[in-house]
Amino acid sequence: MEIDPLIFRLSIFILSIFVGYYVVWSVTPSLHTPLMSVTNAISSVIIVGAIIAGLSGNSESVFNTSSIFGFLAIALAAINIFGGFLVTQRMLAMYKKKKKDKK
Amino acid sequence: MISANLSAIFYLVSGVLFILALRGLSSPETSRQGNLFGIIGMIIAVTVTFLSTGNFSNGFIYVLIFILFGGSIGAFIAYKIPMTAMPELVAGFHSLVGLAAVFVAISAFLNPEAFNLGSSGNIKLGSLIEMSIGAAVGAITFSGSVIAFLKLQGIMSGSPITFKGQHPLNAIILISIIILIYMLCSTQSSNLFWILLAVSFLIGFLLIIPIGGADMPVVISMLNSYSGWAAAGIGFTLENSALIITGALVGSSGAILSYIMCKGMNRSFFNVILGGFGATDEKSTNSSKEQRPVKSGNADDAAFLMKNASSVIIVPGYGMAVAQAQHALREMVDTLKKNDIKVSYAIHPVAGRMPGHMNVLLAEANVPYDEVFELEEINNDFANADVAFVIGANDVTNPVAKTDPQSPIYGMPVLDVEKCKSVLFVKRSLSPGYAGIDNDLFYKENTLMLFADAKKMTEDITKNL
Repeated sequence: MEIDPLIFRLSIFILSIFVGYYVVWSVTPSLHTPLMSVTNAISSVIIVGAIIAGLSGNSESVFNTSSIFGFLAIALAAINIFGGFLVTQRMLAMYKKKKKDKK
Repeated sequence: MISANLSAIFYLVSGVLFILALRGLSSPETSRQGNLFGIIGMIIAVTVTFLSTGNFSNGFIYVLIFILFGGSIGAFIAYKIPMTAMPELVAGFHSLVGLAAVFVAISAFLNPEAFNLGSSGNIKLGSLIEMSIGAAVGAITFSGSVIAFLKLQGIMSGSPITFKGQHPLNAIILISIIILIYMLCSTQSSNLFWILLAVSFLIGFLLIIPIGGADMPVVISMLNSYSGWAAAGIGFTLENSALIITGALVGSSGAILSYIMCKGMNRSFFNVILGGFGATDEKSTNSSKEQRPVKSGNADDAAFLMKNASSVIIVPGYGMAVAQAQHALREMVDTLKKNDIKVSYAIHPVAGRMPGHMNVLLAEANVPYDEVFELEEINNDFANADVAFVIGANDVTNPVAKTDPQSPIYGMPVLDVEKCKSVLFVKRSLSPGYAGIDNDLFYKENTLMLFADAKKMTEDITKNL
């Protein structure tokens, strides 16, 4: 009997939780705020679902109830992706080491 | 159009890049590279989605328009937002992830054919379960984050809102969500789907209103976690490994942060979630109600003390963020350093309104990160330091947490500020901190209270140095 593909996805899911667990514990506490903003940005990869939904209309009518929800989700996720990555970059650029020459 | 297998591999690649993005955050040097990995991962995921649908008809243009529309709003916010508003920003972003998850779920429910999930009214059982869980968690994330945002922004009072029968009501709603999901899966009725969404929005709202302002670090981390689980739920529906991996990463990241925050307050997760802290603990404050003498001083006294010190430890807290005093503080420290005084910063895990809040503010003010230390790293140094400069922190310095088992904050790890030769405490008044407890530190022999706005006081001290 064949294994349900769901089991494979479940395996990916469980293993990723473990990967996340160890990776996040190694994040230095001073970078916890950038951690939150970058997780925010990457969780917006949900945009892939939104794009599929947005493109679900046929060529005669681009807009139907389903695709409109898709387009709205695209806009929301895009705010998050751009906002999240850029604000993380802005924050990380501020973390500087002590200058050696200046006492 | 590329094959399903090839796109699955690309999704896996972008999932791995997201892992590397988080991995980069283990040190500030690698963090910028990590962020770049994250961006590349996102570009791959989006591009592959376009290629795999193979649909470059009219709809495609609109997708681009909406991405650019949302993207420019996001970019605008990212460049304009002041660093002190970071907690609100993150809460706001969480709400968007939640809402996006809800919208994708609605879209998939209305048009399952587009997602290969069966046909309307006859959606595959597994997909329907995943979809409804994703939608419910997304809705909870959305309304919960909106409340957190309003509380942090000050639009809504930060104090806990409690009412009778709150916990039983929440329990009933949570059980009804499970029953609704079960019924939805057996009947496929769209009415039940809408009711499920409405009830989930409601519970998200009810869960967060009883939680007070200083517990926000836990709430934000928790909502961070929820937004991940919502994404993972949708990922299962769409059979998309990038989403599943990311959801699991974000979910566990948020959970770990909530755990660290709870530990920083010595409170159990459930204690925070059930809320009402600070509103109900009146009795323990009575014992110290009698007026005790405090020594107060001015900027001149403070400058004198610091000038004669050889090492100073700065303890910043939420008050510093409110007063926007981080730049003034850095200038003061620069002057101290010119006088050959050793300065370091001590950060309590729950200082501020979100994990790492103080570190970002200090970084913004150009404080090198190797002068900033966590509680465990620096707590032994207080005994050898001459001056502790407490600016905008309160409960996290309260020695009561070590001495009085009756105190609501007993057992919470605190900074051993009182061990310093002298303590300078910048505060606007003697009012107790968020936990509603008097701080014993105010009345110690070696404490000098500086009653003023944090920013103004720091500037005045600098002038007098």
